[in-house]
Amino acid sequence: MDLLNNLVLGFATAASPYNLLFCFIGVILGTLIGVLPGIGATATIAMLLPITFQLEPVSSLIMLAGIYYGAQYGGSTTAILINMPGESSSAVTAIDGYQMARKGRAGAALSIAAIGSFFAGTVSTILVAVFAPPLTAVALRFGSPEYFSLMIVGLVSSVALAHGSVVKALGMVVLGLLLGLVGTDIYTGTPRFNLGILELSDGLNFVALAVGVFGIAEILRNLENEHDRDVMIKKVTNLWPTRQDWKEMTAPILRGTVIGSALGILPGGGAILASFASYTVEKRISKTPGEFGKGAVAGVAGPESANNAGAQTSFIPMLTLGIPANPVMALMIGAMIIQGIVPGPNVATEQPALFWGIIASMWIGNLMLILLNLPLIGLWVKLLTIPYYMLFPAIIAFCSIGVYSVNSNVFDLYAVAFFGLIGYGLAKLRCEPAPLLLGFVLGPLLEEHLRRAMIMSRGDPMTFLNRPISLGLLLLAAAVLVVVLLPSIRKKRDEVFVED
Amino acid sequence: MKDLSFSLRDLICGVLFIFIGLFFAIQAYGLELGTALRMGPGYFPFVLAGTLILLGIIVIIQGTQLQHEPMGPIAWRGLLFILPAPILFGLTVRGLGFVPSLFLTGLVAAFASTKMRPGTALLLVGGLTLFSVIVFSYALGLPFRRFGPWLGQ
Repeated sequence: MDLLNNLVLGFATAASPYNLLFCFIGVILGTLIGVLPGIGATATIAMLLPITFQLEPVSSLIMLAGIYYGAQYGGSTTAILINMPGESSSAVTAIDGYQMARKGRAGAALSIAAIGSFFAGTVSTILVAVFAPPLTAVALRFGSPEYFSLMIVGLVSSVALAHGSVVKALGMVVLGLLLGLVGTDIYTGTPRFNLGILELSDGLNFVALAVGVFGIAEILRNLENEHDRDVMIKKVTNLWPTRQDWKEMTAPILRGTVIGSALGILPGGGAILASFASYTVEKRISKTPGEFGKGAVAGVAGPESANNAGAQTSFIPMLTLGIPANPVMALMIGAMIIQGIVPGPNVATEQPALFWGIIASMWIGNLMLILLNLPLIGLWVKLLTIPYYMLFPAIIAFCSIGVYSVNSNVFDLYAVAFFGLIGYGLAKLRCEPAPLLLGFVLGPLLEEHLRRAMIMSRGDPMTFLNRPISLGLLLLAAAVLVVVLLPSIRKKRDEVFVED
Repeated sequence: MKDLSFSLRDLICGVLFIFIGLFFAIQAYGLELGTALRMGPGYFPFVLAGTLILLGIIVIIQGTQLQHEPMGPIAWRGLLFILPAPILFGLTVRGLGFVPSLFLTGLVAAFASTKMRPGTALLLVGGLTLFSVIVFSYALGLPFRRFGPWLGQ
C-alpha cells in the first residue's frame, strides 16, 4: 500500500523530536494569537515567517501550519467565552457558543468545539492524504493554459469572498498582480517599475508587503478608538458534555466535516465560508430551529467541525498545485519559495518527507491542541485580560526583527512602513488586503504561464478554450463572477459578512 | 440628476486606482510591448494597468449611487508613532546595534497608545528587549551585532 508507506514516512518525519517541538511551538503560538483579539492568524504568520527561515524547511512549514489551525482553536475559545471571535471563521461559533456560556455551560461548549474540531481534523487529514496524490498526478499533466485558468479561478474566488464591493476587490487583485510584476522581467531581463531603486530589481519583498499590509495596518486600525474590554468571565467548570449533548452533536459534526472538507478545497474557499454554510444547514434541517441563537449544541458543533475541516483541506490546492486557497496559504507558498522549494505537483515526488511530514503533522497538531487546550483553558482566559496597549509594541518589535532577518537589508524595513501606510489607507477605503496578497503571489506566475501558453499556441488565445480542463476552469471562474455580481446573491453575501 | 452626490471614500478609491493604473500604464508603455504571440515585458502590465483604470472609473460611478457612510476616525497618533518605528530600527540597527536599536523602536511604538504611561513603557520595552535578545540573538543565533560601532565598540 502506497498510502500506508507514505503515511509511515510522514509520521516518522513529523514525530521526530525536533519537528514535534516546532509543531508544539506552532500550535501554542497559534492558540495564543487566536485567543488574543486584535492579532489575526495572517498577520502573525506574516510576522513569524522570517524567523522560521532559520529552521529546516519541514520544521518551518510544520510550525506555520500549527499556527494556522491553532489560531482556529483559540479563536473559538474567545468566541464562546466573551462573544468575541478571535478569528473571522469562528464568528458563527459566537452566536450559540456564547449563549451556552451564559447559561453556565461554557465548559461543555468548549469541549464540543474541541471534539468537533478534532474529529473533523482527523477525517480531513485522511482526505488530504488520500486525494493529494491523484490530484498531483493530474496536476503533473497540466500545461500553461491549465495553470493560467486555475489561477484565474483562485483570484476570482478571492474576490467572491472579500467583504464589501466586488469592484474594489477586483481592483485589489489587479493591483496585487501589478505589484508582483515589479522588478525584472524574467524573459528578457528588462528592469521594470523599479523607479531606479536598486533594491527593487529583485521585486518587492513579499514578507515586507505581508507584514505591512496585514500586521502594521491592523495595529493602526485597532488604535483608531481604544476602549477597555470588559472581560467578564465566569469560572469554567464541568468540561465533559452530557449524554444529551453527545446525542445532539454527533450528526452536526459529521455534516460539518463533509461541508468543511468540500468547501476547503475550493480555491479562495476555506474555513470562513465553511462555518457559515454549516450553520445555515444545521439551522435549516433542525427539528428545533428556534433553539438556534439561544445556545443550540448543533450551532457550535457543526460550524466548529466545518471550519477546522476547511482549514485542513485548503492545504490540498497548495500542496498539489502550488496555488494558494487563502492568504495564509499564500504565505506558506512564500515560505516554500524562500526556502528554495518550488511549490507545485513536484513537491510530492521530489520532497516526499516534506509533503507527507506536513500532512502527518496536521493530525499530530490537532491531537496536541485537544490535549492542551482543555486543561489549559484557565491560562488562556487569563491572557484575555492583557490590555492591547501592552501588546502592540512587542508586535512592532517582532515585525521589525523578523523582516530584517530575512535578508539583513534595511530597505525592507522602510518597505514595511510604506506598506503599513498603504494597507491602512486601503482599509479606510474599504479595500480588502487578502485579494491583493493573492494577486501579488500569483502575478509573476500568471504572466509566465500566459506568455508561455501564447507562444505555444502561436498567438492564438483560443488555446485557453480548446483544452477541456482549461475551459472548465474558466467557465467555473466566470460562473463565480456572475454569481457574486447577481443582485439577489449580493444581498445575501452582504448579510453573511455583516457578522464581523 | 439633482441628487447626484459622490461618496468621498469611493471617489478617493477610484481616483487612487486610476492614478496607480496610469503610473503603471505609462511605465509599461515605455517598455517593449511586443505582440500577443511574443509578449514583451510591457504587454501584461499594460493590460492590467488599463483594467485598473477601468475599475477605478466604475468605483467612482458606483459611489454616486450608494448610501454614504462616514470614513470614521483616523489613527493619527498611531500613524505618527507606529510607522516611524520600523524605519528607526532600519536606520539604527547597524550603527547602534541590535539591543539599543530595538529598545528605541519599541519605545517609540509604545507611545502610539494614549494609555501608555512613561514608566510602564520603559518597563515593558525593557522586558521586551531582554526577551528578544535572549530569543533571537542567543537562542536562534541571528547574526546581529548586539552593540554597534556608534557606541565605540
